[in-house]
Amino acid sequence: MSTTLNPAVAATPAAQLNARAATRSILQAAGMLPVLILLALGFHFLGGHRFLSGQNLSIIAQQASINTVLASGMTFVILTGGIDLSVGSILAFAAMCGLIVSTMPHLAWLAVPACLGAGLLIGVFNGALIAGVKIPPFIVTLGTLTAVRGLARLMGNDRTIFNPDLSFAWIGNDGIAITSTFTIPWLAVIALAVVVASWFILRRTVLGVHIYAIGGNASAARLAGIRVGLVLMFVYAASGLLAGLGAVMSSARLYAANGLQLGQSYELDAIAAVILGGTSFVGGVGSIWGTLVGALLIAVLTNGLILVGVSDIWQFIVKGLVIIVAVALDRFRAPAART
Amino acid sequence: MALAHQTTSEMQENNTPLLHVAGISKTFSGIKVLKDVSLSAYGGEILALMGENGAGKSTLMKILSGAYTADPGGEIRIGGEVARITNPASARALGVGIIYQELALAPNLTVAENIHLGSELRKGGMIDRSAMNEACRELLRELGAPFGPEDKLSTMSVAEQQLVEIARALHRDVRILVLDEPTTALSARETDRLFALIRQLRAKGLALIYISHRMDEIDELADRVSVLRDGAHVGTLEKHELSSARIVSLMVGRDLSSFYEKDGDHVRHDAAPILQVEGLTDGKRVQPVSFVLRPGEVLGIAGLVGAGRTELARLVFGADPKVAGTISLDSRKLDIRSPRDALAAGIAYLTEDRKALGLFLDMSCSGNINLGVVERDARLGVLDHGKGRTRATGSFAALRIKAQNMLTNVGGLSGGNQQKVLLGRLLETGPKVLILDEPTRGVDIGAKTEIYRIINDLAAQGLGIIVISSEMAEIIGVSDRVLVMREGHLTGELTGDEITQEAIMSLAVGLAAAPSIAA
Repeated sequence: MSTTLNPAVAATPAAQLNARAATRSILQAAGMLPVLILLALGFHFLGGHRFLSGQNLSIIAQQASINTVLASGMTFVILTGGIDLSVGSILAFAAMCGLIVSTMPHLAWLAVPACLGAGLLIGVFNGALIAGVKIPPFIVTLGTLTAVRGLARLMGNDRTIFNPDLSFAWIGNDGIAITSTFTIPWLAVIALAVVVASWFILRRTVLGVHIYAIGGNASAARLAGIRVGLVLMFVYAASGLLAGLGAVMSSARLYAANGLQLGQSYELDAIAAVILGGTSFVGGVGSIWGTLVGALLIAVLTNGLILVGVSDIWQFIVKGLVIIVAVALDRFRAPAART
Repeated sequence: MALAHQTTSEMQENNTPLLHVAGISKTFSGIKVLKDVSLSAYGGEILALMGENGAGKSTLMKILSGAYTADPGGEIRIGGEVARITNPASARALGVGIIYQELALAPNLTVAENIHLGSELRKGGMIDRSAMNEACRELLRELGAPFGPEDKLSTMSVAEQQLVEIARALHRDVRILVLDEPTTALSARETDRLFALIRQLRAKGLALIYISHRMDEIDELADRVSVLRDGAHVGTLEKHELSSARIVSLMVGRDLSSFYEKDGDHVRHDAAPILQVEGLTDGKRVQPVSFVLRPGEVLGIAGLVGAGRTELARLVFGADPKVAGTISLDSRKLDIRSPRDALAAGIAYLTEDRKALGLFLDMSCSGNINLGVVERDARLGVLDHGKGRTRATGSFAALRIKAQNMLTNVGGLSGGNQQKVLLGRLLETGPKVLILDEPTRGVDIGAKTEIYRIINDLAAQGLGIIVISSEMAEIIGVSDRVLVMREGHLTGELTGDEITQEAIMSLAVGLAAAPSIAA
């Protein structure tokens, strides 16, 4: 700083502080990790020792991957104190765009960019209304949730588009083979890459600092010289783009897209993952690692309940209650935290 | 209201104060804002409660009204009996009523409905409007109200609404009525009418506690005056001892010269103005304002609450849109459209509300200090943690911030340390002009003196500093020159020996000459 005031106390050595902060953030991120492990062990023993097999684990990784990608975008949004209800619809719309392009003879290679571009477009639209016109995010994305769902149905005349020769189908079906029974699916690799990239943005860049600042106190952020509108634009654009990526992953897996059913209520699972991960619902506090654990928790629950033979109806009931109980436990553990 | 009329002296001979508080303290996140306060109010008297902004008057009143609970240890007696005030309802049940500056009425309801709010009369489960109207009619007549029970609040003036508040309190049989600066929004005629009513209530035997900054009102109304300073009760003056000079000396009560750590004049009179503001206005609360600021100068801006000081600062800082006017820094005209532009140009603003508008309470001290400069320090948008640590360490040392360590969340710090963290953020941006809005609000005496020392050191380095403060002694203590604002206008400029409490006050309230409050 430019001032030369009286020198005084020396701070605690930096390395020591870093170590302490690291431990603390690991503990915070760990939040739901013990629950995740307990659940996994529980399902393993209840479900005839099948749960923790290599094959089942790679299925879980695959099942968790799309939600992890959506929840990463949702983490950005919720950290600023916002919400994006439109990701499920965006995913359906982007997948329709992608599949239609993939069936065009000379443009098939543009299918993946089409998915990503469509997602980004809707995200930018959300962001422009929220940051520019200053309409509350809940209202804007509630609107796009419905409108974009309609667009998605319009795209294929309300029919399922199917492409058995999808050029990027390997994304959804192959993986890195580790042993004969255990493969790391590309879907999981992509999801992990998204998590790492999100972590980098949130923790290692100016943008990340500004995201946390806006969620912590938007008025103060503006007075501190942060371009609040631009940052909000970024988070909704990112959420849209990642929904587009989710569309790539989902269509690669299904060789198909359907405007009506695809991505229905995906936004709820994404929000649940973020909240389970300990991110404050009013913004400013949270981590992407927590979101990863949250998304895994949801996948483990879904997979485990099927494995132990719980009926479809009861799965809903149990999943919903587990989300409430898990967050309640977390509150008990750290009463100071906010949601 | 049925109490017989007794004079103050008769009541005091009876010797049971209607209200007696003893040893009341209140601590907010480690800062003691009320220290062992004891005072009494008798039935049939008007006790004026005085003190600078932040002296603890409102805190004490909020304890009486049940909005806050006092720290354990003290005692409140009402009519001689120990009273336990734990929430607003229990305060009401004990006969304590408060008329706040901001009225707490429902504008969409009628007078009678407001008076009965929360205790509506019912007949067969339905609201009995006619009974409610009848119940207030007599009371309103007694108070000389120019409106009836059926009138809607939204059609009434502030003075009339205030009367409704008073009627509501009386309807609940209050014995102790607190009026918190009731005349701020009233005209002279309305004030006279209110005073007549207050005297009428005194004659009925109520204990009235009257909070005000206006010396002339105290002269006119008060039977006794109790003065709070820095959260402590520093004295009560009886009727025969009352004089403006004695009240002021009790309110200020400290040796200003040493407290403010000003080691002389750092103003560079020969240098060109560092900041030049001309005709700046938002078309609403700030009328065209022009002034200059020189390097090394501490320019105080004084005025009553609502005079437009904060609004002026926010205009200069680009936080609110201006309608007209220019701002020049180092003789260069600036186009400031946002706080970001102002910061980039070298103008920094310390907000008066650090929790709501300044700090990120969930972030670490280091994060808060670096927030204004992370962008500048980063390479391709990637944070430079090393630089951030260096800056935080530097700020901690220079401003003597006391926290467990740099990574402690700023929300857990005391007010003074929070303020220093916020100041640290501004200083890291390397400003040429620093606007400090109520820089010592809600900080303890120790941190206060340190903030004064910092202001002095920064002026010595040639920064131009604007200090906005409602605390008269602070403005006088730190400023080289004082601008006084009233209702959006600059009403005067004072330098050197002209800077006195009397001169500032008379400009702030719009008197032509200083009132004779000097001894």
